[in-house]
Amino acid sequence: MKNLLEHTGIEPGRLHFSWISSAESTKFVDVVKKITEEVKALAETKKYVKTSTQG
Amino acid sequence: MTAYTDKIRQIASKLLTEGKVDMVIGFRKGSIPMMNQPLFIKTPGEAQELIWDSHCALNLANYVTNRKEKIGIVAKGCDSRNLVTHIIENKITREQLHIIGVPCTGMVDRHKVSAMIEAEITAIEESGDSIKISGNGFSKELKKTEVLQENCAGCTHRNPVIYDELVGELVPEQSGVDPYASVREVESMSPEEKWNYFEDLISNCIRCYACRNACPLCYCPTCFVDESRPQWVGKSQDPTDVRTFHLLRAYHCAGRCSDCGACERACPMGIKVREFTKKLNKDCLELYGWEAGLTVDARPALDTFKADDPQDFIK
Ligand code: SF4
Ligand code: SF4
Repeated sequence: MKNLLEHTGIEPGRLHFSWISSAESTKFVDVVKKITEEVKALAETKKYVKTSTQG
Repeated sequence: MTAYTDKIRQIASKLLTEGKVDMVIGFRKGSIPMMNQPLFIKTPGEAQELIWDSHCALNLANYVTNRKEKIGIVAKGCDSRNLVTHIIENKITREQLHIIGVPCTGMVDRHKVSAMIEAEITAIEESGDSIKISGNGFSKELKKTEVLQENCAGCTHRNPVIYDELVGELVPEQSGVDPYASVREVESMSPEEKWNYFEDLISNCIRCYACRNACPLCYCPTCFVDESRPQWVGKSQDPTDVRTFHLLRAYHCAGRCSDCGACERACPMGIKVREFTKKLNKDCLELYGWEAGLTVDARPALDTFKADDPQDFIK
């Protein structure tokens, strides 16, 4: 999924996958921090944003 | 290749006469050139309608989903791989099928041929490797190798992978062809270029779903694009909706696609739908050593887990 999205033009760093157990609270915090930073660095996306109101 | 016609007729009529199958699925001549139609016959007399030439590119595995009868089916390399996938996915049993294998030398790209000539093509004949197209006031000879479908030019499984009998000698498999050349080209682009490449690729899509309907893998009783509760994807022509359709449809074919090219052939707009599925085929091969439909004895790539599966995308 990640490969195909990036192949079709989604920037690497936009999409993240992670496996976090409910007991891993610190990992959860770390992952969210990292994702937020990386996604912020990419600037706002215009991709997969629908501008029309149809459908 | 046309020599196969007699053999197919003979086999079909024998199977039906002896009662070994209830029905034979093959091709008959289409009402316009290059558009052969699937044919379902139940009596030996009808076997004379069956034909074989380089326009039998639809994938007949599409028509056996959930059928209850015993079926004789004409299958070239790619069809046979989709029959394997159908068997693995419990859409038909091996015992129900009598596979009439066709060693294949590729199918003619109808979009390519039509683009060569301004006027309407009213007839097309072939003998050996040469193809003659003609219409009002013109006729032109082509070499079949020049007008092959792109997937056929890069095909490495032209012989059926399973069959009960063959209509001719096995053909040599192609070596040194690169089915993934265009994928590699896109891979070397920047994200922006990739985005625009696909934006351009699907810009003409009218969402007729002919590509989906021609696909033997797309057998869900209700396709995600037709669902309205919940509605997974917008039904409009908005570029985001069009792209979402293409992306998800491709993903549903991951690890299952034989690259038969039926989708591209069916598309009325000449859209290169395979650019999506081919990337997934390449990934399956490189990450899991998997090519769809080669054997009924292995589970597909997305259906198994191995401890050494690449998983560095999960952080
Ligand atoms: S993909 Fe291969 S087997 Fe299928 S029609 Fe083309 S050459 Fe034949
Ligand atoms: S067949 Fe072509 S136009 Fe129709 S939905 Fe598929 S890609 Fe779009």
